[in-house]
Amino acid sequence: MPTTTTQTRAGNNRAKGLAAKLPDKTLHGWLRDLLLMREFELRTMAAYQQAKIGGFCHVYNGQEACALGTIRSVEPDDPVITAYRDHGHALARGMDPKFCMAEMFGKVTGCAKGKGGSMHMFDKPNWLFGGHGIVSAQTPVGAGLAFAARYEWEVLKKGLDGGKAKKKVCLCYLGDGALNQGALHEAMNLAGLLSIPVIYIVENNGYSMGTAIHRGTTMAKDLGRKAAAYGIEYLEFDGMDMMDVYDNFKPFADVLRDEQRPGFVNLKTYRYQGHSMSDPQKYREKDEVLTYQERDPIVTLSDYLLNERESLTDEQYKDMQKDVKAQVRAAVEYAEESPEPDLSELYSDVYVNREKNLSPLGPDVYVEGAGNALLEGN
Amino acid sequence: MSAVMDAVGALPPRTGDRVIQFREALREAMSEEMRNDERIFLLGEEVAQYKGAYKVSEGMLEEFGPKRIIDTPISENGFAGLAIGAAMYGLKPIVEFMSWSFSLVAADQILNNAPKMLYMSGGQWGCPAVFRGNDGAGGQLGSTHSWCVEALYANVPGLKMAIPSCPYDAKGLLVTAIRDPDPVFFLESERMLGDKAHVPEEQYAIPFGQAYKHREGDACTLVSFGRPVNFCLEAADELATDGIEVDVLDMRTIRPLDIDSIIESVKKTNRIVIVDQSWPFAGIASEVMAQVCERCFDWLDHPPVRVTTDDVPTPYSKVLEQAYLPNAGKIVKAVKGAL
Repeated sequence: MPTTTTQTRAGNNRAKGLAAKLPDKTLHGWLRDLLLMREFELRTMAAYQQAKIGGFCHVYNGQEACALGTIRSVEPDDPVITAYRDHGHALARGMDPKFCMAEMFGKVTGCAKGKGGSMHMFDKPNWLFGGHGIVSAQTPVGAGLAFAARYEWEVLKKGLDGGKAKKKVCLCYLGDGALNQGALHEAMNLAGLLSIPVIYIVENNGYSMGTAIHRGTTMAKDLGRKAAAYGIEYLEFDGMDMMDVYDNFKPFADVLRDEQRPGFVNLKTYRYQGHSMSDPQKYREKDEVLTYQERDPIVTLSDYLLNERESLTDEQYKDMQKDVKAQVRAAVEYAEESPEPDLSELYSDVYVNREKNLSPLGPDVYVEGAGNALLEGN
Repeated sequence: MSAVMDAVGALPPRTGDRVIQFREALREAMSEEMRNDERIFLLGEEVAQYKGAYKVSEGMLEEFGPKRIIDTPISENGFAGLAIGAAMYGLKPIVEFMSWSFSLVAADQILNNAPKMLYMSGGQWGCPAVFRGNDGAGGQLGSTHSWCVEALYANVPGLKMAIPSCPYDAKGLLVTAIRDPDPVFFLESERMLGDKAHVPEEQYAIPFGQAYKHREGDACTLVSFGRPVNFCLEAADELATDGIEVDVLDMRTIRPLDIDSIIESVKKTNRIVIVDQSWPFAGIASEVMAQVCERCFDWLDHPPVRVTTDDVPTPYSKVLEQAYLPNAGKIVKAVKGAL
């Protein structure tokens, strides 16, 4: 059984932290990633308002450092799984923004052929196991991904791809609204019990849709006690500062990877926009939003690079912004111009082993005269 | 494809001297597959140290160890979800639900995640997991513990469902379920786990979607799956004493459903009685009736007839529970009424 410690770390002295020791190129890359995530969501909102994007759509503005800081702390082949506010995770994981945008446009060139939509971003090459639409449904699945990774290393003793086995961690993200779903508590109990290397990362933006955290969650100011109840290591810190996230999360994840046991992280963050695109945000004051925007992750990191570290010039930064804008504009154009899925896609990917008579209707079982001929006329 | 009458292809004979219990047939299927494929593991309540709540996994902990035979706490949603994640990653979990009745608390995972993952991910990740356990009433367990989940769950595209009626099929179908790359819901019956019959020692895989014809006759087509197949065979014996010979078709799998064999039989008998141990409203029997009407309406000399449980919650009283379940007597009456 893992030993449990509850710890809280204040923000590091930035210049002395782990992140500050990284090369300029890496930090500049982070800034570009943050810009990309922000610009992508601005374009997403515009496209949604033009009805180019359907369904539910939840944007990530303000929370960018959470996904990027944690994902940059682990290996590219560590499994990652998240909830429905997932565009940022997809981009942080390395998904080309054009595939992400095309997915929301419902186009066949989307990361899931237009079958998943905004809430269900899947990216196998980048080890992103979804975007999940049901609150907290991803938390037992995240435990399973980590369980499998440990099984691969411990039982199979080689990678499923035939390569070398290695110790992995799974990053499983959830919002604070997911704290009160039974699925999370079952998953945490299993993770603690079986010593599963899953790290639950609560992106604590303070609101479960329109319900402030203290209105829906007991001990909202002391979530560490929830982790302790399951024998899970706990850490909480500010999620608005990219370098701070890295400084705190990297050593935490390294230890859990090495010791193959679970973790629980409370990342304090804020979403600038409503819960979804249809949220009038009557439950919070404008000033509250402005307070957080003063600690904007992009401003904080660009300030450090431009003024404190002086590794980036104003001109380079402007070029970077211009470059990102062009990339996202191109992603929107790609999504616009991509073809709609062929109607045959309706019936693809239902089964891997598509046997006869799995369904009473459909292209391979269609019989003349049978009722409900779905494909008739197509 | 017509129903399998005798051993076909690579399938070993159904008759022989090696008689074992239904639960042992299930264990043989799992153990032999686990010997051949290290990606397979079994998890569920009491499967390891307790040797299985119904002794299906007895001895497996000793052979495979605690890393592959895993006791879970009573948290179906948690461990079903864990299995789904492991399956997405590339392992092949077998989840034992002590009862399918308890799977209801895992409904989000097994209905929303397992069967839809392949589709939602645009074909990137499937869920090659087997969920298995006891299904159906008959043990005086009352309403909450007596679920027949087949109609409820078979409604969902993306999953497969197998329901064996005898030890031979239990082994062969479970082998197929484990090897299949899609999520398979495998419905056993606590009432049948002690049933004994011949089961070949060798490993064999019964293809999904191929009904087995237990008896041949031209008076009526009798269709069932799982435990009530045995009631149909009793009924067929009784009907034979009156000179009425019926086709008895054991569907073996519900998704895929071997509708072709049913149609072929109906075109011969022009009558059909469907026996289903779940409720009548929007059930598997209803589905079979619908497909029969869609595909061979003109061949019917009598409206399709169904024998199901009564449309009430499962009672505890032994008398009421027996009255509620399908049985040979009800089937005989239904067949005679359809002639």
